[in-house]
Amino acid sequence: MTTVTELPPPTPPAPAMPSSRPAAPANKARRSLAWLWSTPPILLLGAAFLYPLYLVVKQAIEGSPPDPTNPFKVTTSFMDTLKDPGTRTVIKNTIQMAVYSTVGCLVLGFVLALIIAFVPFPGARAVSRFIDVFLSFPSFLVTVSIMFLYGRVGMVNHIASALTGGRHDTPINFIEYSPWGIWLAELIYFTPFVMRPLLTAFSQIDTGQLEVAASLGARAGRVIWQVILPEALPAVFAGGSLVLMLTMNEYGIVSFTGAKYQTLPVLIENFAKEQTNYAGACALAVINIVLSLALFAGYRVLLARMSGGRRAAVHA
Amino acid sequence: MLLYTRRAQRIAWAVFAFFFLLLFALPFGVLVLAAFTKQWNGAFPSSYTFSNVTAAFHTDPLDGLETSLITALLSSLIALVLGTWAALALDAVRNRVGKTLIQTVFMLPIAVPSVVVGLALLVAFSQGPVLLNGTNTIVVMAHSILVTAYAFQQVSAAVTRLDPAYEQAAASLGARPYYTLLRVKLPLLLPALTGSLALCFALSMGELGATAMVYSANWTTLPLRIYALDDRGHQFVAAAVTAVMMTITLAVLLVVSRIRTRANYR
Repeated sequence: MTTVTELPPPTPPAPAMPSSRPAAPANKARRSLAWLWSTPPILLLGAAFLYPLYLVVKQAIEGSPPDPTNPFKVTTSFMDTLKDPGTRTVIKNTIQMAVYSTVGCLVLGFVLALIIAFVPFPGARAVSRFIDVFLSFPSFLVTVSIMFLYGRVGMVNHIASALTGGRHDTPINFIEYSPWGIWLAELIYFTPFVMRPLLTAFSQIDTGQLEVAASLGARAGRVIWQVILPEALPAVFAGGSLVLMLTMNEYGIVSFTGAKYQTLPVLIENFAKEQTNYAGACALAVINIVLSLALFAGYRVLLARMSGGRRAAVHA
Repeated sequence: MLLYTRRAQRIAWAVFAFFFLLLFALPFGVLVLAAFTKQWNGAFPSSYTFSNVTAAFHTDPLDGLETSLITALLSSLIALVLGTWAALALDAVRNRVGKTLIQTVFMLPIAVPSVVVGLALLVAFSQGPVLLNGTNTIVVMAHSILVTAYAFQQVSAAVTRLDPAYEQAAASLGARPYYTLLRVKLPLLLPALTGSLALCFALSMGELGATAMVYSANWTTLPLRIYALDDRGHQFVAAAVTAVMMTITLAVLLVVSRIRTRANYR
């Protein structure tokens, strides 16, 4: 106990005590303990997660030396992985798919959230409850579902071939053989992630403003463009950067389509599990981490701005 | 209110209904339909059966269900303890550096792709003093790391909303910090704790990316079984297992939301 009290107090007074209280020796001990008590979770996560992550970065930079005991192990360096044209295509695919999906989610999410918030209908609350539940479902569920609808032997194909008299075997053929199936699945799964911050932002808008604008003769389109959109802009950017990050990191949706169109997470899994090319997987992982960390930092900043300087964002 | 004519409102609702039904309701409906399908050669299933669902409860996938339930339960409990602890620590630490450190470390698993979380564990624990590759521990570990971030996020949001007057009153009456924590703070946080436990459970049940990296043949979770079924062409059984998994997740969320409302009234 004495050794603890002798430590220099690393933090200002702990929050549990009112500031008017005089600093007694017992308080001092408690203060030091408060600091100590906060370390175990960090140490635990550090050992279980941060250290492994550091090893990934280390192996990506160092590459893998030839291993005499394991002749099947592929040897690569960071630059080898980056220079490979196949890898470059996958990086391009990843960014492209993330951007397309995010744009789709933002447009659809904005329209749907707008209707829920400003053209209320009976059951609107149930719908937003449904969205909350939807957010906790796994993403691959969407791929499994739309296969039955739009897949090669799916419902829509059967109807379409019945309508065309069976001349075309598979009139609709995009789920398994083109990126559009992944795009559709990501649109469905990630749109609710955009809607939630938007609904929060819309609920904070003073409806009086909308009525004033309307009474001055502004049509709905103009009210949306000049009143609602500027107010909701931080939420749009926050939702957008979150979805951009999530789509870039998405594994389930892409792998369930059969992975003919590969993105970084799928290729990482393939490198590590099928090719035992750990150095290559680590190199790709570093690229993926850098991309998504940048987006996540942006998301956090925008979210803070959304709750803090809502007005400032409007007048910027 | 944005639209003032009845016609314009109807058009807006029609747009909403169209997209909602086409993109959200229809896929779910078809999934449930497929779960009971025996043969599907036309626009609609030609014959129905209950055997997919019973197959979902038989030997092979059932092991997956058990594995998934155990993994989800363990990892969400670990995440709840760690996340709550870190959230309370974030509140207690007053200097900026410490706050930023805790926030960064505990939000990082959300930003890092789940596949990379799995890869990191694989790289770290396939060599060196601690060998976990191929054990069930590494699967639980991966899930715990991923869901801890969400528990932390939820609980720390609730901690900042907490009225400091309660714990100040307790402290002024002479309650020691641990007593204040146990008898004042944690009971006030109960709704957030159960809520984040349910979220963590749901997320862990559906986790695929990290699990695909670290799983072993004797500890294969439900999403991986569904992937294998789908891959081998047993689409209807895959749909049935998915539906069973969804139902269980929903039931857990529902039960926990009941607890939550009761705690709110206390």
